[in-house]
Amino acid sequence: MATNLIECKALTKYFPVKSFLREIGKVHAVEQVDLAIPEGQTVGLVGESGCGKTTLARTILALIPPTSGEIYFNGRDISKFSKKELRAFRKDTAIVFQDPYSSLDPRMIIADVVGEPLSIHGIARGEDRDDFVLNLLERVGLKVEHLYRYPHEFSGGQRQRLAIARALAGDPKFILLDEATSALDVSVQAKILNMLNRLKKELSLTYLFISHNLDVIRHLSDIIGVMYLGMIVEQGSRKQVFDLPLHPYTRGLLSASPSLDPDARSGTRDVVLKGEVPSAINPPPGCRFHPRCPSMRPSCAKEPPKLKDIGMGHLVSCHFAGCV
Amino acid sequence: METENVLLAVENLKTQFFTYGGVVEALDEVSFNIIEGEVFGLVGESGCGKSVTASSILGLVQKPGKVISGRVLLDGDDLLQKSAQEMNQIRGSRISIIFQDPTSSLNPVFRIGYQVAEPYIYHQGKPRKVAARDALKILSQTGLPDPADKARNYPHELSGGMRQRAMIAMALTCEPDLLIADEPTTNLDVTIERQILNLVKDLQEEFGTSVLWITHDLGVIAQICDRVAVMYAGNIVEQASVRVVFHSPKHPYTQKLLRAIPAVDSSGENLEEIPGSVPRLINPPSGCRFHPRCDHAMSVCSGKKPIEREVGLGHTVACHLF
Repeated sequence: MATNLIECKALTKYFPVKSFLREIGKVHAVEQVDLAIPEGQTVGLVGESGCGKTTLARTILALIPPTSGEIYFNGRDISKFSKKELRAFRKDTAIVFQDPYSSLDPRMIIADVVGEPLSIHGIARGEDRDDFVLNLLERVGLKVEHLYRYPHEFSGGQRQRLAIARALAGDPKFILLDEATSALDVSVQAKILNMLNRLKKELSLTYLFISHNLDVIRHLSDIIGVMYLGMIVEQGSRKQVFDLPLHPYTRGLLSASPSLDPDARSGTRDVVLKGEVPSAINPPPGCRFHPRCPSMRPSCAKEPPKLKDIGMGHLVSCHFAGCV
Repeated sequence: METENVLLAVENLKTQFFTYGGVVEALDEVSFNIIEGEVFGLVGESGCGKSVTASSILGLVQKPGKVISGRVLLDGDDLLQKSAQEMNQIRGSRISIIFQDPTSSLNPVFRIGYQVAEPYIYHQGKPRKVAARDALKILSQTGLPDPADKARNYPHELSGGMRQRAMIAMALTCEPDLLIADEPTTNLDVTIERQILNLVKDLQEEFGTSVLWITHDLGVIAQICDRVAVMYAGNIVEQASVRVVFHSPKHPYTQKLLRAIPAVDSSGENLEEIPGSVPRLINPPSGCRFHPRCDHAMSVCSGKKPIEREVGLGHTVACHLF
């Protein structure tokens, strides 16, 4: 069993809702999440928009402070990091964002876009830095002639390669990929996914991959967490979550995802989830999924279920896991 | 099934954009038929000309773009020859469209109920009260929860899924012959997308409307369409029933595209990559526009544009291999 590179315990993040300077409520963005990311593995977080995937990930990277709960990086509590330690933590972690059109500074040439982290962390200067950047560009399949161009001269796929090159600059151990392929066409997405898999092996990286696309999550992840309204409702290996989903939400999500097989059309209709995701300001009491759950029972509205291990590390948060 | 009537026939449609950088050959002789009562899919990657096809059909190509040649026959009547006024009467009553982004296609300063009632007033000359009542009826048919209440709301008060339901209601008010759906579920979450797909399918069966479904998502095509045309760089490269395209694709591009999608058993393996990238449509590659990226490229491919050939019943492929 690999050691956990990142581990969070009972992580909770609320955002205040203000009106006329008075707090009138809280957005329950992330609630009591336990998540372990083993070294060298890819953990996939999947869920619909607004379920707290991104908030969870940004809290883990100390970009926003948690309301409560603890985060451990290499076994050490990141809230107790000194400034110097935090800087080292920033070097060890990196992010690739969804939209490569807004995540690259349009007024910087590529040598600076990718080289900036090198200067900040004092890794390389001057001509050294350009050599270093070139090295990084070659890793992601770009060439020397790209060094002095501006981001607008690149296509979406190339920009995402640049964003990945920049993420690799500090020689990180951990990369957060926040919907990194969602803005790309399938043929470009295939190239980026292959590259991410190759880089992971070459540089022994650990990924946290966030996506709403189930096919991509299944392709890339070793461990998968399914989120709904700020909570992880099911977690397990790829096989466990995709072949034997036990939470009704996971099942609904899987059957809603459009299959590539035109013959698999009928039969998927009866598991359609009704309604929409409720507001995270006033989440439903009890199990947060109960208003949309096809197998809801009266007790679901009262008692919130706990994330339970039902064997082999397959965690499900449902009162009736396995019997519905 | 020879008795099926062709509702819309697009013949050799050629649309170009005259920009400062040069002439963008967005559509290069695109032809397809939509049969009454079917869902016809148009699939391809960004920039392949899917949406330009839709706007060319509707006469909505904006300057510097222009439809150069071709015909768009709705029940045998060429839409490209119509005046702007005649097109105004056709749009919304005989052909209507649902756009990708309901936020920007709904007017933010009018209530939902009024916007849905507008086609009744404009196209059918119904009095306001009757129109409002009919609008409520069609809103409830689209499964909008609590329609009487939602009709009094402004677009920003509804969620994305609800707005898209309102857009669908608006598109169906005059029971059009053809509904063009331009990526209507791309911005929605999967569970909502599934609801909208089922809704359109149900309403389509109920109203007997034909649908032109435009998307980049092959999964959606597999789920909703009867027949599909695959586009690449302004050309239709393959056309057939959905089953044929997914189970035995013939064009090298279709084959590669299908293998580029992560599948159930693809994890850990490398996905199929298409070398190079989509060409720019100013000075597109000569001959077959796919030849620079094709594994099977022969000398004829760069010289001569392949014509669509029938390789099976209702299955056409534009490739020199056939």
